[in-house]
Amino acid sequence: MNDMNWLAIYPEILLLVMGCVVALADLWVTDEQRRPTYWLTQLTLVVVGGMHFAYFDAGVTTYAMQNMVVADPMGHLLAGFACLATLITLVYARPYAASRDMLKGELFILSLFSLLGINVMLSANNFLVGFLLYGLSMMYGATGSLTIPEVFDVISKGIPNKSVLVFGTVFVVAGLAFKLGAAPFHMWVPDVYQGAPTAVTLLIGGAPKLAAFAITVRLLVEGMIGLAVDWQQMLVVLSVMSLLIGNLAAIAQSNLKRMLAYSTIANMGFMLLGMTSGVVNDNTLSASNAYSAAMFYAVTYVLTTLGTFGMIILLSRQGHEAEEIKDLAGLAKRSPWFALVMAIFMFSLAGLPPTVGFYAKLAVLQALVSTGLPFYLWLAGFAVVVSLIGAFYYLRVVKVMFFDAPTDMAPLAAPGDVRFVMTLNGAAVLVFGLLPSGLLELCKVAIRQALAT
Amino acid sequence: MLLSLAIFLPIVCGGLLLAIGRDDQKHAVRWLALVAAVASFLVTLPLIHLFDTTTAAMQFVENQPWIERFNINYHLGVDGISMWFVPLTAFITVIVVISAWEVIETRVNQYMGAFLILSGLMVGVFSALDGMLFYVFFEATLIPMYIIIGVWGGANRVYAAFKFFLYTLAGSLLMLVALLYLYYQCNLVNGVGSFDIQTWHKLPLSGTVQTYLFFAFLAAFSVKVPMWPVHTWLPDAHVEAPTGGSVVLAAIMLKLGCYGFLRFSLPIAPDAAHQWSWLIIALSLIAVVYIGLVALVQKDMKKLVAYSSIAHMGFVTLGFFIFNELGVSGGLVQMIAHGFVSGAMFLCIGVLYDRVHSREIAAYGGVVNTMPKFAAFAVFFGMANCGLPATAGFVGEWLVILGTVQFNFWLGGVAATALVFGAAYTLWMIKRVYFGDIANDDVRALTDINSREFLMLALLAVATLYMGLYPKPFTDVMHESVTELLKHVALSKIPA
Repeated sequence: MNDMNWLAIYPEILLLVMGCVVALADLWVTDEQRRPTYWLTQLTLVVVGGMHFAYFDAGVTTYAMQNMVVADPMGHLLAGFACLATLITLVYARPYAASRDMLKGELFILSLFSLLGINVMLSANNFLVGFLLYGLSMMYGATGSLTIPEVFDVISKGIPNKSVLVFGTVFVVAGLAFKLGAAPFHMWVPDVYQGAPTAVTLLIGGAPKLAAFAITVRLLVEGMIGLAVDWQQMLVVLSVMSLLIGNLAAIAQSNLKRMLAYSTIANMGFMLLGMTSGVVNDNTLSASNAYSAAMFYAVTYVLTTLGTFGMIILLSRQGHEAEEIKDLAGLAKRSPWFALVMAIFMFSLAGLPPTVGFYAKLAVLQALVSTGLPFYLWLAGFAVVVSLIGAFYYLRVVKVMFFDAPTDMAPLAAPGDVRFVMTLNGAAVLVFGLLPSGLLELCKVAIRQALAT
Repeated sequence: MLLSLAIFLPIVCGGLLLAIGRDDQKHAVRWLALVAAVASFLVTLPLIHLFDTTTAAMQFVENQPWIERFNINYHLGVDGISMWFVPLTAFITVIVVISAWEVIETRVNQYMGAFLILSGLMVGVFSALDGMLFYVFFEATLIPMYIIIGVWGGANRVYAAFKFFLYTLAGSLLMLVALLYLYYQCNLVNGVGSFDIQTWHKLPLSGTVQTYLFFAFLAAFSVKVPMWPVHTWLPDAHVEAPTGGSVVLAAIMLKLGCYGFLRFSLPIAPDAAHQWSWLIIALSLIAVVYIGLVALVQKDMKKLVAYSSIAHMGFVTLGFFIFNELGVSGGLVQMIAHGFVSGAMFLCIGVLYDRVHSREIAAYGGVVNTMPKFAAFAVFFGMANCGLPATAGFVGEWLVILGTVQFNFWLGGVAATALVFGAAYTLWMIKRVYFGDIANDDVRALTDINSREFLMLALLAVATLYMGLYPKPFTDVMHESVTELLKHVALSKIPA
């Protein structure tokens, strides 16, 4: 187990190499649309994604780089989805960037390297991830190790210095909450989402959420399941605050990107709820149920978010950003098709059947109710009531698109590939809503194997 | 396969209309919609012919695994309680398509598509035997109705659409938690979690749990019915919705809530249902008496009929919670009859509105002089609405009153006053709108109904008359299932 085991990290190596190749190749590209590097990047993503899905299919867990890295089915599945999400992001982002003079090779290179970062986070088996450093140093002080399994061993054997360890956990959880954008560590989310060019918002709001979820599972579940009682309480507080702040603040927004940022906060709160019911009465029987629900939530949330921000890109054109809610006015008359697709995204975020968002919420609520404890039942009731608040502002977007008269009759400027991928994206949200079984099973398999190791 | 066909034929056709229809081919879209609606109705007819009235068991059952992770199945079937609502839904959709013919001029394909999809979803609600499948259909109906009210509705349509949506969603989300709790209880008792409704019927539950579940279901269904005091969304929704929307809302959507009581509340929590029946009876009687009085003072015809719907639904819930066969089957008959009659009442208002563009009672007077054929229909449906014998409206009310008298004489007396109020507000409206001298130039300029309007009103009139004169086919279908339900509800489910 102590060797480098290069095989397990082939996808990351390929990604690194291709990132460099694209960076170099781009120097010779003169095309305005940067077609050669664009297609090279997309090809890389397809191959890397394909490799991850193939590794997931093989279903083995390997350790590499002297145990610094774990390559398990959960990591591979999420990495595959992250590749897919980046691929979709680039399809949406290219024409947007091109019309704003932002289409440089850097967009592709940075996407590839950010994906590399995501992949490393997905498979990190070691605590040195930087942003959690302070908390982790306390963990190190208490347990004498930075390797997740070793920390796990120390915690499960009996705790040397519980108060330092719990204090460390607080910082770890806070670091994760920053990464996820959960309240009260959410302040950066609305500003960044609104302020960044939409293409960059997509890059931040899509695939990295998968990494944030994975690192949450790795640190809290694989590393500190023995402290579950402590961190579950913290997550309950985080998710309750996120659900409240996210949903209430979203109502007041007139900027669509800012509204979606608050919706992200609320959604991350809902996802974290799924993480709170894994260990009940010192019993981990419900763990795979709870964590796979959260994973399903994260994956479907990313799918829907790509669609919503992609739609902002699709509606924008040179000199027009289409990021105010009122810019959507009368979309049903301008383009009935994309109004329908956007409505599907909104209903999915609101958690209405038959869209995939409903099953995400259902899975999390089911995990809460299945504990049978009154506390979790109340938590489920609370989650349901705040989703009702959430439904209001998603419905308002549908209202603006369908009930209001258009103020802007300019035809949509988006090119064919964006329209095509957007249609597929909408169809996926609906089809996974009608037939969610396959994706639910995948998440369950992935989490089971992650827990088994 | 019959039930799947009844659900998905209209949904697929509606989806196709949305995808291919364009506003410059209105005529083709209308004909396509009509063909789709009629075909969807025809496929429900074998249900009536092949239905076995000698058993209370589920019929035309289909059962396929759907979401194995949570043991959710695509489980369909109908019994005597639900069977009639499948053809009724499809029938009303045909009427709605005819009623929209020249009236809806903008986004015709979206209008027709929304109603066809809605029709399939509502059939799904009536035939789902899996709790989660039921919930999916139940919630999904909100989306097309929200769009219908919001896009084609009146001046205050946005407010009405939001109120409709959020009220109903608030109720049904609590039901979702109840469904998940039942799944968890199944896991405890049977070792395997299940969303199967018939399994839930047999599930032993403690008194406290039953009470919680009962109120969670009550939250969902009372809003949908709607019962006093959570009825306030209905007048707004009815007034603002286009005619077709009002027809479907009154004729079918309200019945989803009533049906829920019989499929969930009573058999799953029978002890709580007995314990809290006084509450439901009280709310029902308030609906019957108080809402009847409120209807009397309405100036807007659609509002009047909306309040009259609430009062009639009060009869239905009253019938369900007195736990005898007369009451329950009376309530069911009332549900079907109200589907025909209230649908027809809203169509009549639509006919007038299309010509004069006012729903105010005061804007009319003496319509019979210029529209004699139409007035004949309107008076007939008015009579049916106040429960004149030989019309469908009579049978249900009479059965429920008989049942209530059997249960408690004085309650029966209070319920019977509904007939007086019903006659008062309906006939007074008819007198002011249709009879007397021609009130103004608008009325003088009216032209009588054309053959399309004649057709849709005649279809409903025949159905109303048939059900009033010969209700046996309806009650025969219900008999076994209602008896079985009452037997089941009489037994306690509290574990010893």
